[in-house]
Amino acid sequence: MNAVSRYFKSLLLLELWQGLGVTLRYFFRPKFTINYPEEKTPKSPRFRGLHALRRYPNGEERCIACKLCEAVCPALAITIDSTQREDGTRRTTRYDIDLFKCIYCGFCEESCPVDSIVLTDVHEFHFEEREESVVNKAQLLALGDRYEEQIASNRRQDAAYR
Amino acid sequence: MAEIQNYTMNFGPQHPAAHGVLRLVLEMDGETVVRADPHIGLLHRATEKLAESKPFNHSIGYLDRLDYMSMMCNEHAYVRAIEQLLGIEPPPRAQYIRTMFDELTRFSNHLLWIAACGIDLGAMTVFLYCFREREMVMDMYEAVSGARMHAAYYRPGGVYRDLPESVPLYKETRWTKGKDLKRRNEWREGSLLDFIEAFARDVPSKIDEYETLLTDNRIWKQRTVGIGVVSPDKAVQMGYTGVMLRGSGVEWDLRKKQPYAMYDQVDFDVPVGVSGDCYDRYLCRVEELRQSAKIILQCVDWLKKNPGHVMLKNFKVIPPTREEMKDDMEAMIHHFKLFTEGYAVPEGETYAAVEAPKGEFGCYMVSDGANKPFRAHFRAPGFAHLSSMNELASGHMLADAVAIISTMDLVFGEVDR
Repeated sequence: MNAVSRYFKSLLLLELWQGLGVTLRYFFRPKFTINYPEEKTPKSPRFRGLHALRRYPNGEERCIACKLCEAVCPALAITIDSTQREDGTRRTTRYDIDLFKCIYCGFCEESCPVDSIVLTDVHEFHFEEREESVVNKAQLLALGDRYEEQIASNRRQDAAYR
Repeated sequence: MAEIQNYTMNFGPQHPAAHGVLRLVLEMDGETVVRADPHIGLLHRATEKLAESKPFNHSIGYLDRLDYMSMMCNEHAYVRAIEQLLGIEPPPRAQYIRTMFDELTRFSNHLLWIAACGIDLGAMTVFLYCFREREMVMDMYEAVSGARMHAAYYRPGGVYRDLPESVPLYKETRWTKGKDLKRRNEWREGSLLDFIEAFARDVPSKIDEYETLLTDNRIWKQRTVGIGVVSPDKAVQMGYTGVMLRGSGVEWDLRKKQPYAMYDQVDFDVPVGVSGDCYDRYLCRVEELRQSAKIILQCVDWLKKNPGHVMLKNFKVIPPTREEMKDDMEAMIHHFKLFTEGYAVPEGETYAAVEAPKGEFGCYMVSDGANKPFRAHFRAPGFAHLSSMNELASGHMLADAVAIISTMDLVFGEVDR
């Protein structure tokens, strides 16, 4: 009996039809995929994307050139030079991040005592020339200005956990 | 008459079924493999040496990139080695979070394995379904750590941040609105734990679908049953761990035999194969998916009932919270000390292993009392499995070599390190 039923199951391609049934069911179900550039998947406030340097609300840059991020960076992607400004405060003269070296671990943001260097949730960026991978201080500050609202709201949402 | 010679050919390193950068030199007699000689090292990144040149915490991010399909399990072995050297024990909530994320990692790894193995053996559809579920696990990774894959989430003394109270929602667009939007956000309304719970409750039905597509399928069976058989003795001799060993019928699982984190507190079974062929390894992995879902649900249950710290409070090893750091001079000094020179661990050596999805992933660490390891060695399960390629593949057909490579579940990040 067992052998007979196995013979007929095999002859009628039963398990193949069952498999095709699964795909047929999904044929009529709503799609899981999204239309990417127009639609995007939601991103967590903790997302670690492109870097930015932030400013205080009065327009003063936050970074005080303590070089903690430079020290903590596992990939040695950050290079900082500093000087004393005329008003006596310590500031960076150079703040370069090599985005090819960076492994987006987020340690620089964790280490920053003044919340200056942050990882924004921007994940779509590209370079057209090889040397563009090194972003300098002006570019990083510009990124910070551009995305400040998003950066601040993400930090607010995650403040309780840090 | 001309003499007939065996034909030597390269399988990989650019072959799509070589799972990355495996170069397999095959000596072929017609279509039969006479000798298989795996060449490795094309993805060697000197992770061990790098780890010896940096303070302990800096290497966590590099550990993710070893076996880049089971990220948090690698971190777990590494941070456990440091914890053992320091003699610290993370709080129970952190341990449960680690257990849960180890299992989610196992989930995403096994889903990818079923998907990739299906593709290697000619089953396209299951790939799409597996990646749908894997996407959810990626979302969970992102919600806790901020990265979809390379999390850098486990730290010596706990985990970096507690689980968030909310999960990011899909926004309304031209294509997704009304009922569609509601369906997409259905699981995401509550906290991350609710999301994980909904996922783990639903996923056994999805696993049934994969099984409908594969388990009884005659083509799948023809490609896997009786292929690459390993006897239990041989499996132990060749240093197999994980599913490769269990598929041969040896009941060995570090989660049961040497429990770490909270694995002695949760209830689960270890699937064991019978005949040690590719098909049994497939069945073991599918059953492990179901067991993972079971463990995840138990962890979610505990975590919902027991809020608390996820990090030890020990400023000599663990940096203070941001609020403390900005408020208190002493905390600020600790913050600077920890982020520049790190912490020194006592002299000694240790070995910490976890049951990674692929097998035993271990970290052997020697400390000379400095702020970086004197020696760090990572035991990758895939390396031992790949070493037996010749024994498994010789005598089989070329197409079976593909099935054998893919049931070994190789990832070259960890084989080459």
